[in-house]
Amino acid sequence: MKKRSLIPILYIAFLMLPIYWLVAMSFKTTNEILSGFSLFPQTFTLENYITIFTDPTWYWGYINSITYVTINTVLSICVALPAAYAFSRYRFLGDKQLFFWLLTNRMAPAAVFALPFFQLYSSIHLFDTYLAVALAHTLFNVPLAVWILEGFMRGIPKELDETAYVDGYSFPRFFVTIFLPNIKAGVGVAAFFCFMFSWVEMLLAKTLTAVEAKPIAAVMTRTASSAGYELGLLAAAGTLTIIPGAIVIWFVRNYIARGFAMGRV
Amino acid sequence: MRTENQKAWFFVLPVLALVAFNALVPMMTVVNYSVQETFGNNQFFWEGLGWFEQILRSDRFQAALGRQFLFTAMILIIEVPLGIIVALSMPRKGFWVPVCLVLMALPMLIPWNVVGSMWNIFTLPKIGLLGYFLNDVLGINYDMTQQPLSAWITVIVMDVWHWTSLVVLLCYAGLVSIPDAYYQAAKIDGASPWSVFRYIQLPKMKTVLTIAVLLRFMDSFNIYTEPFVLTGGGPGNSTTLLSIDLVKIALGQFDLGPAAAMSLIYFAITLLVSWVFYTLMTKDDAQ
Repeated sequence: MKKRSLIPILYIAFLMLPIYWLVAMSFKTTNEILSGFSLFPQTFTLENYITIFTDPTWYWGYINSITYVTINTVLSICVALPAAYAFSRYRFLGDKQLFFWLLTNRMAPAAVFALPFFQLYSSIHLFDTYLAVALAHTLFNVPLAVWILEGFMRGIPKELDETAYVDGYSFPRFFVTIFLPNIKAGVGVAAFFCFMFSWVEMLLAKTLTAVEAKPIAAVMTRTASSAGYELGLLAAAGTLTIIPGAIVIWFVRNYIARGFAMGRV
Repeated sequence: MRTENQKAWFFVLPVLALVAFNALVPMMTVVNYSVQETFGNNQFFWEGLGWFEQILRSDRFQAALGRQFLFTAMILIIEVPLGIIVALSMPRKGFWVPVCLVLMALPMLIPWNVVGSMWNIFTLPKIGLLGYFLNDVLGINYDMTQQPLSAWITVIVMDVWHWTSLVVLLCYAGLVSIPDAYYQAAKIDGASPWSVFRYIQLPKMKTVLTIAVLLRFMDSFNIYTEPFVLTGGGPGNSTTLLSIDLVKIALGQFDLGPAAAMSLIYFAITLLVSWVFYTLMTKDDAQ
């Protein structure tokens, strides 16, 4: 038994090493970083974090990112819920083809869409708004949300729907008061995935924004290139981007495994 | 059982409208560019399939495609078995399970450009933990900004670090769904660990493994941000994967025609290979 648990421990250690290094770097001064190797911060400093929390261009990067991610998550779940219900309960003309076509959008390389998206959202005057990024990210998040929710809904017996109708529930009332509470784990997992993929995607987010809705990634790129070697600042900014993800995953920790299997086990 | 009901289309309409707006309009733009030549000023000339031919014949595209397939093949060869091994050796229940799962999922929740920066900081010679360890402790000459091989290994290790957990979590989900009775039966029959794996665990993991392989294929084939931030495609062109090359052509050189043709070829290859994988892996179920 001891020997077997060694593998996960080693694996997790491998995962934590680069993260540790990022966090350690963020507490070092620029001088210490450039002067040579040190496993722990010698002169512990919060300067990098103070810079980020006092400079509007920095902290607005975070606010912008969180704003469009939230809009995207709400939007994706709201449109995916009825669609997933239809796919899990009914057969209709072209359902299989439609489902497959939705999933093909998950396969499209984001790089392919960068330029056309830029032109599309410029032409409808949404360029550099939260809505542009949120809408663009629905391209891959909506299919994913439909897929996950459909998996969870299939596990709910159809008798539940029928009993509710016999009892005189209207469809909207049944859906909100009876059906939704039954699949709340699925909704949580789907929301988690939408949040995750919108939070980590940076190519489209950067292409679709300039000043007003600039994501934190774009701010970081600027630091990396213009201000020279501000590694400590870059590390602190990176460390802060890990926190939202760590918070949301804690909420769904009991459903992670099943969620990653898209409810299909 | 699902019932026939055409009104279900109304439920699907919002999704359809949203995805159609996001997918069809840009796709038509790409198709449009791919068959035309432009010299700016919004003047376009019909080019036919010329760009497609030019791209398919160009050494640059073939080289990038070759690197892309090599990269994706190595990712699948390393991550899938490693993921299965880690999942098999994880505890099934207890206090440590959620902790393990959260820690393992953490790399996937980090923005992709931060993943690139993080590995850049990690591997810097003299300053980075890994760079320092390899160069100054082990005495291996390692500098990924100069050596193509080092750059390749770094990009692959980074992706293994980033995405193996996806395979682990998927396989683990399949494993915990196996009832204890199966294992007890196997124990009574005196089954070896290998036959337990081959005849109990692997069949149960099949659906999730299909999803894992498909997702890992698609995402590693479309990878852009992490290697771009880490190596910028260098040294030289040694780590210029397909997406990096495409963005260079489209946004760097603004060659819209060739870039659009390349986009369509790229997307077609992704679709085709995904379909082949999917058909092969679900073949047995159909019989």
